[in-house]
Amino acid sequence: MSSTAETHPPAGGHGHGDAHGHDDHAHGDHGHHDQHWFLKYFWSTDHKIICMQYLFTGMFMAVIGGFAVYVFRMQLAFPGMPVPGWGRVTANDYNSLVTTHGSVMIFWVAMPVLIAALGNYLIPLMIGCDDMVFPRINRLSYQIFLISVIVLILSFLVQGGAFGGAWTAYPPLSAKAAYNLTPMGSTLWVVAVALEFVAFLLGGINFVTTLMNSRAPGMKMFDVPMVVWMIIIASILFMASVGPLVAGAVMLIFDQQIGTAFFDPARGGDPVLWQHLFWFFGHPEVYVVLLPAMGICAEVICVHGRKKLFAYKTVLYTAIATGIISFFVWAHHQFVAGIDPRMANIFTVTTLIISIPVAEMVFVYIATLYGASIRLTTPMLWALAFIGEFLMGGVTGIFLGASGADIYFHDTYFVLAHFHYTFFPIAFIATFAAITHWFPKMFGRMMNEAWGKVHFWVTTIAFNFIFIPLFLLGARGDHRRIYDPTHFPELMRAGMQDMRVMATVSLLILIAVQFVFVANFVYSIFWGPKADRNPWRANSLEWHAPSPPPHGNFPEGLPNVYRGPYEYAHPDRGEDDHWPQHEPPPEGAKA
Amino acid sequence: MISRYLESGSTYSGDIDELILWILVIVGFWFLLAQGVFIGLIVKYTAKPGVKAKYVTGEDPKEKRWVAWPHYATLVFDVIILAAAIRVWTHVKIETPPVDETVRVIAQQWAWTFVHAGPDGKLDTDDDIRLVDEMHVELGKTYGFELTSRDVLHSFSVPVFRLKQDVIPGRIIKGWFKPTLLGQFDIQCTEICGIGHALMPGRIFVEDHDTHQTWMKAASPVAAAGAPAPATGGTK
Amino acid sequence: MSFPKPIATLREATGMPTGRLAVWWVIASEIVIFGGILGSYIMHRLGHPEWAHQSIHTNTWIGAFNTFVLLTSSLCAVLAHAEAEKKNGPGAAKYLMYTTLGGLTFLIVKSIEWTNEIKHGYTITSNTFWSFYYTAAGLHGLHVLAGMIIMLIVAADAKKGKELQRVENIGIYWHFVDVVWIFLFPLLYIAK
Repeated sequence: MSSTAETHPPAGGHGHGDAHGHDDHAHGDHGHHDQHWFLKYFWSTDHKIICMQYLFTGMFMAVIGGFAVYVFRMQLAFPGMPVPGWGRVTANDYNSLVTTHGSVMIFWVAMPVLIAALGNYLIPLMIGCDDMVFPRINRLSYQIFLISVIVLILSFLVQGGAFGGAWTAYPPLSAKAAYNLTPMGSTLWVVAVALEFVAFLLGGINFVTTLMNSRAPGMKMFDVPMVVWMIIIASILFMASVGPLVAGAVMLIFDQQIGTAFFDPARGGDPVLWQHLFWFFGHPEVYVVLLPAMGICAEVICVHGRKKLFAYKTVLYTAIATGIISFFVWAHHQFVAGIDPRMANIFTVTTLIISIPVAEMVFVYIATLYGASIRLTTPMLWALAFIGEFLMGGVTGIFLGASGADIYFHDTYFVLAHFHYTFFPIAFIATFAAITHWFPKMFGRMMNEAWGKVHFWVTTIAFNFIFIPLFLLGARGDHRRIYDPTHFPELMRAGMQDMRVMATVSLLILIAVQFVFVANFVYSIFWGPKADRNPWRANSLEWHAPSPPPHGNFPEGLPNVYRGPYEYAHPDRGEDDHWPQHEPPPEGAKA
Repeated sequence: MISRYLESGSTYSGDIDELILWILVIVGFWFLLAQGVFIGLIVKYTAKPGVKAKYVTGEDPKEKRWVAWPHYATLVFDVIILAAAIRVWTHVKIETPPVDETVRVIAQQWAWTFVHAGPDGKLDTDDDIRLVDEMHVELGKTYGFELTSRDVLHSFSVPVFRLKQDVIPGRIIKGWFKPTLLGQFDIQCTEICGIGHALMPGRIFVEDHDTHQTWMKAASPVAAAGAPAPATGGTK
Repeated sequence: MSFPKPIATLREATGMPTGRLAVWWVIASEIVIFGGILGSYIMHRLGHPEWAHQSIHTNTWIGAFNTFVLLTSSLCAVLAHAEAEKKNGPGAAKYLMYTTLGGLTFLIVKSIEWTNEIKHGYTITSNTFWSFYYTAAGLHGLHVLAGMIIMLIVAADAKKGKELQRVENIGIYWHFVDVVWIFLFPLLYIAK
């Protein structure tokens, strides 16, 4: 599949001579600067604007998800006390808040920011083309996504309130209003999730097709930056795994609204079927969000460590292997769910096996640090924190994947702490790494390093002080989704309530310091020091475009590629420790 | 290790605790080692003026070895953990020892109903004892339980026994335990079941033989009604 | 007013035109969706042999007729592609219209079939077999309808000699819709 030079004039953005009436000049010249601001920002087909739409929507949804956790953690630390900004938290409130928190953070924060926003921004730029292959479908995917956001928010406002059956939505609880007491909220939730899936399916098709077909001349498969690969593999993983849950969502909506009995055991249905459909998607989904985060870290570590990625092909193959194996582990979420216990033995084997390629990826990243020249900039701090924190998440997963141990840990705070040690690095740490790293390209200005570091240290330390107590609580038997532990004598033993309070106080600190980030972000967009094209002296193609890139991305013409993206500290380059991909080889030398 | 904070109260809770401890030791060692190498490399290779980074592709077998060896180690330890985990799982969830008595556990929104066999040791007879949110068992007897739900999914969990099993409406799910510690312990529902999910705590009373007999005679409807109590003692 | 395509759309590093590549990915994700619902159906069916009492009431002749209609419409889609290859836009449009007509026939026959079944009390809630029957075939029907709409748009362009490569692409999608039916037909109509 390697692409040799196209039979077009090289290094040009024009004269491709197609039969479709394409104007014979560089793409950036279409009169888009005349567009009304509404059209420019809300009806754009430009992948960079669509990125911003997803990014800002995701950041807004993070506020909603963050507010939800603030309320319910205040209830847990101070049971029965009215929470500032909410009031007293009823049992119903609590269930809706935890459901909202989980659903929002996964579907409306992690996925739009890591995949839709960053994928949209980086893919065309990093492979050296002028946009995605289907810009109008790109626009449509965001619009469908926006509708899913509106539907979800509507679910908070309808009678009965928001759905409260947890993000996993197991029937019969989720299927019958008599059980869940949120007749409209439940259906709106499922519809919102289904719409979000459609938006991402459309987006994924765009991404995959763009990478496969639109690479710069000379960019072979192994010259593609790792983050692009990771986003593509994640998109394929998503497309291959979400189907059964789309079918399941239709079945659940029918059970909720028209009285079918797909999941109703009293009338021949099976509640466990939903669990299989959900987790068949649900497990690959965690890798759908993990892989882009790992891709981001690869980019940041190499650029800020001035070091070639160790064993690029190994990283790629382990990512693909992880994706494939992820289809065979799903029932580890269902060990005690009533599945045949012999099946559990199979799934515990596959689950521990998947730890091998994931561990290998982490080892390769650590190996990349050997011999590096590490600059502890804000992006680098975030990328390194990702590895350190994710390592903790990964190893604690072993306790849960080992079926015999999961009997005790299932549905306790141990599970919750495990997945926050994986998800928080994925959804927030890697995101902050990405934003602080690509901010100069996106906005043409630099973020403030000092405030960036304050934000980094307080966030990272506070994060650990939230979830280590939760590991300890889980080990003591504290179970999930309980709005009031005071009814359980074993959960009110010495020290346990203190741990809950510590976790909550640390959360308050974590939330408070995010204002520092927002202030830095907003201030820097308008008044930050101007950035040049390549402030980090990086190799990949996006740094060759202006900061920020105009419509069409490369006003001097679409680049050709002569080498991979990680040629840092190459011996042939002497003092210069980077070697951009688009720079032609020196006269007479081999590329 | 868990038993430092929560008593170990059944014949298999010790097995589960031991498995958890082994995983902690293995995983903890590798975790600390990896973090140590990681942080060590960061410290050692922080940028120094005038020092360029090394150019390492990672494709050379000598270089690859540094990743390959940990990779194989992960595999070896995974296999060890798997063997231990499967052994514990099979003992708790697949093998069923002969049971002395069966208890029926009925979950609903939002309470537990426990149907004890009563003095005759048989379920579904007139002397069965039905209690809400309260379960009584005798130390050292092997109990089978039959779980069912009246409405949504619930999950029967006794942390001190390290026992957990989801309950599904329309099915009867079976399991077993053998208590080894006297006392009163928590029963939890560990599957979100609606707004009352936190409001269905139960208590399990593990009693010695005499206390248990006394309780049974007082609680059994047949015995309480004054009819001659059937022969006490085990059914086997 | 035609949308200016980015250069990205015109590149072909894989050797396959972008539109066609994308349609194959659409089909891949659709296979998993239909796979999910049909897989669930099969698992349920194996566990519920008494569903045979329900499935006996599906009309195999109507199902067979609809299969014939879809296959014929797929043939028309192939002929449309052949015309498009010859750069005969109006000819391609004509065959696409026939294909759409086939889709319409399929949907009309299905409406009559379902009306009849509902009148006899076989509704989506009367038994889980029928829940699957209407959901799976309904999902398929929605895809037929969506295909028809897209096909009409492609035909309108093709008639003016524009975007002829899309004739093949919508044809590929239509064949997929056909193949899904080839699975549905035995599962819902023949397995008695």
